Amino acid sequence: MPESPAHLKITQEGDVAIVEFTESRILDEVNITEIGHALGGIVESRERPRLLLDFANVDHLSSAALGMLININNRIKQRNGQLRLAGIKPQIMEVFVITKLNRLFRIAPSRSEALATFE
Amino acid sequence: MGRRLRFIIPSVFAQGQEVQKRIMAEVEKHHYCENAAFAIKLAVEEALINAIKHGNKLDPHKTVSVEASVTPTRAEIIIEDQGAGFDRTKVPDPRADENLERLHGRGILLMEAYMNKVQWLKGGRRVRMVRRNDDSPGGGCLSCVQNP
Repeated sequence: MPESPAHLKITQEGDVAIVEFTESRILDEVNITEIGHALGGIVESRERPRLLLDFANVDHLSSAALGMLININNRIKQRNGQLRLAGIKPQIMEVFVITKLNRLFRIAPSRSEALATFE
Repeated sequence: MGRRLRFIIPSVFAQGQEVQKRIMAEVEKHHYCENAAFAIKLAVEEALINAIKHGNKLDPHKTVSVEASVTPTRAEIIIEDQGAGFDRTKVPDPRADENLERLHGRGILLMEAYMNKVQWLKGGRRVRMVRRNDDSPGGGCLSCVQNP
């Protein structure tokens, strides 16, 4: 079991790393940088990373957080991995829809449904 | 009904967060509905980041001025930096297919989507945003008004 960095709780289900955001706000620039480094570390430590990000605790996020997620998605794709997002609350989902990033990311309503979509 | 808050802060994120907290305390005091409060928090966050990072380029000698008026029915927030300004009409649409994977450039879109009115003034150095206290998910103005 990997050690969970600040702002994140990391568990493993099969070969999928499940990352839960432990704070309700992914706004702050410093936090976002730290989260980006932590997620990047998970991606770089795996040959074909399979990552599930669980947003169940997240009430706010900013455009900087969206940029961080796109960066992680790109790095995962470079390593032929897969990224899934799950548990996004309606208000946060609207942010993804407004920015049309719901077209870029694979988003499932729940963690279990997201797990079922890994190929 | 509502008092006018005024702040002048250096270009430091932590100071911006304090301003955001003070504005949101006024919003909470007036019992804004959930969607309006969410919209104001997001738009103020994005506008402050724009002013501190993109406007003043994190120069601690440059300041950001903020004025906020929050009444039970509407919130008006004006944020001004000391940077070079920008032309709103030249900012690419981050929703376009060719821009979808770009890491930056969504803050303005979110501000304009969530507030009822967004005006870019003084060549882009000043933004004036208004949000009514109603429960529509986004203010949905998405039609910026740019003045010289």
